[in-house]
Amino acid sequence: MAVKIIKRLLSYVLVLFGLSILIFVLVRIMPGDTARIALGARAPEYAVEALREEMHLKDPYPVQYIYWLRDMLRGDFGDSIITKRPVLQDIKSYLPATMELVVLSSIILVVFGIVLGVVSTKYASKWQDGLIRVLSYFGIVAPAFLWAVLVMLLFAYLIPVLPVSGRISTGMTPPPSVTGMYIIDYLLSGDPAGAWDAFQHIVMPSVVLSFAGLSQGARITRSSMIDNIKKPYADAERAYGIPERKILFKYLLKPSMNSTITTMAMDIAGIFGSAYLVEQIFGYPGLSSYGLSAMMNKDVFAVSAVIMIEGVIIILFNLISDLIIRALDPRVRLAEQ
Amino acid sequence: MTQENKNDFVVDVRNLHVSFRTFKGYTHVLNGVNLNVRKRERISIVGETGCGKTTTVYSIAQILAQNARIDSGEIYFNGRNVLTMPNKELKALRASGVSVIFQDPIASLNPVFTVGSQMKEVIRYSGVEGAGDKKVQEERTIAALKETHLPDPERIMNSYPFQLSGGMRQRICIAMSLSTPRDLVIADEPTTNLDVTIQDQVLKTLKQRVQEKESALILITHSLGVARQMADRIYVMYAGNMVETARSGDLFRRYCHPYTQGLMQCIPKLSGGGISEGIPGHLPNYMDPPPGCRFAPRCPYAVPECRQAQPPLYEIEPEHYVSCYRYRDQASGVMGEEV
Repeated sequence: MAVKIIKRLLSYVLVLFGLSILIFVLVRIMPGDTARIALGARAPEYAVEALREEMHLKDPYPVQYIYWLRDMLRGDFGDSIITKRPVLQDIKSYLPATMELVVLSSIILVVFGIVLGVVSTKYASKWQDGLIRVLSYFGIVAPAFLWAVLVMLLFAYLIPVLPVSGRISTGMTPPPSVTGMYIIDYLLSGDPAGAWDAFQHIVMPSVVLSFAGLSQGARITRSSMIDNIKKPYADAERAYGIPERKILFKYLLKPSMNSTITTMAMDIAGIFGSAYLVEQIFGYPGLSSYGLSAMMNKDVFAVSAVIMIEGVIIILFNLISDLIIRALDPRVRLAEQ
Repeated sequence: MTQENKNDFVVDVRNLHVSFRTFKGYTHVLNGVNLNVRKRERISIVGETGCGKTTTVYSIAQILAQNARIDSGEIYFNGRNVLTMPNKELKALRASGVSVIFQDPIASLNPVFTVGSQMKEVIRYSGVEGAGDKKVQEERTIAALKETHLPDPERIMNSYPFQLSGGMRQRICIAMSLSTPRDLVIADEPTTNLDVTIQDQVLKTLKQRVQEKESALILITHSLGVARQMADRIYVMYAGNMVETARSGDLFRRYCHPYTQGLMQCIPKLSGGGISEGIPGHLPNYMDPPPGCRFAPRCPYAVPECRQAQPPLYEIEPEHYVSCYRYRDQASGVMGEEV
């Protein structure tokens, strides 16, 4: 078990190394002169030249890459040319907001994805199943930013029950920072009203972000459960008088979870991608918003750092999903021994 | 026929018609099945694949697939009609009345739960005394495994099904089905997927356990040999009908229905004569079955009458019924009708 995890971690290091090369190349081929953009059109040429020197922009690419990698391993991601602060500091202030969004939206995705999957299995070929099927096609087909606009129109404009943008209402003071996630921090500081306010702000973007994965999860759960419901053990469990609900949620769900968990892990990784536009639409000050403006401004170090960090997080989600599958399925767990 | 009181039977199936919804329409599989089992009696249903054996027993246990439809007929379990039973009673029937052993021992245990936890769960919902008590569940599970001649019950309880052999798994299924008292055990070809060497042991265990626990048994099999070895009475089934039924000895002494005769000829004999050529033709299409006797298209003796109406079950000796017009003259009665 331990050996297995260490091996897996080593392979992840390789993945990250590959990712770093990819990011480096991609950022370098983005059009525009980094130093010129940083200093603005009116800066004198000698200043721009000095900055190029300082950022090692005149060295050959492999040398630049080594410098960048060395600094990153030391924990120095460089300075943002927009905010003029160390990128790491920016990330520290924006990442918790995005994590809060991603975590909440993952919870919605997992819970509703599975429940809807089980419900469509229970009512297979009935109208409930059909309704869920049609809704999930919508969820899969339409991109998150479209849902963002629609949901916003519906719940912030036509039926104004939810705040339209930001993390908290204007006039509220942010909670003392512990985790950086407002809902948790408000609760920790004993301010449930603040937590409720933060929740109201985050609910629309997180629901919107969960749609695609939720829909796919429901479909995958249904299809593996439908396969298993035909197995004799399901008949046997019914024949022995085990309650239907218990058969569905325990005895059929557990052996059907593998592909659900794998796809959900990928969908949760996909949430980071969708978050770039959704955070923008909801004016939500998270890492993706930050990353997007960094891209627009060719903020070399900021873009690289944001993508690297997200790479690490996505890999972690994958690892967690593997561990969950191992825990749930003895066939996977014991086959290795 | 001397009408026995329906309370004497554990199971009494009368004129059961079942169809399945498919893409093309309804397939009329069971075409008026009659079957009964007395208390502590062992019966066997013999017939080729697709003739409705499994559908018949699944109807009794009420575990038919969702696309199945019971068109008409009655199924009495201990004198109570299963088809009109309130849900609560049906639950009790499933939990403590009947248990089913399936054909495929690999697929009939849940792959991701330990054998012990599955067996305990069955006991938990069985309604026996102390069923909710973990200790009772544990004790009964161990006892059931031991009685089924499984070595090292504690180890087996902590194993997952895929860690055990097919023979062991089928024994576990037998142990599970008899871990609490049952009026009826249904075994659906329990040895088809096992090695020949193990088949015999498993059948012996099954027979022994059913006798010890005083349950009735319905055994489904392809093999007349197995049926003779295991059962007091045999039902021969063809295309959704019981075509002949008799006490095991009687059936082998005097098999009447042309289909039974065909089956008997298919048993390879040690004395030589080669392997029989089988019965020409195949099962009818259930979407549009022949109107009269469903065996008529394959029957060497068929007369025009056979193609018009389904022959009733003629009683030609005590407890020996055959559904064929050729025996009308010898019949002392007809099943389901007072003489």
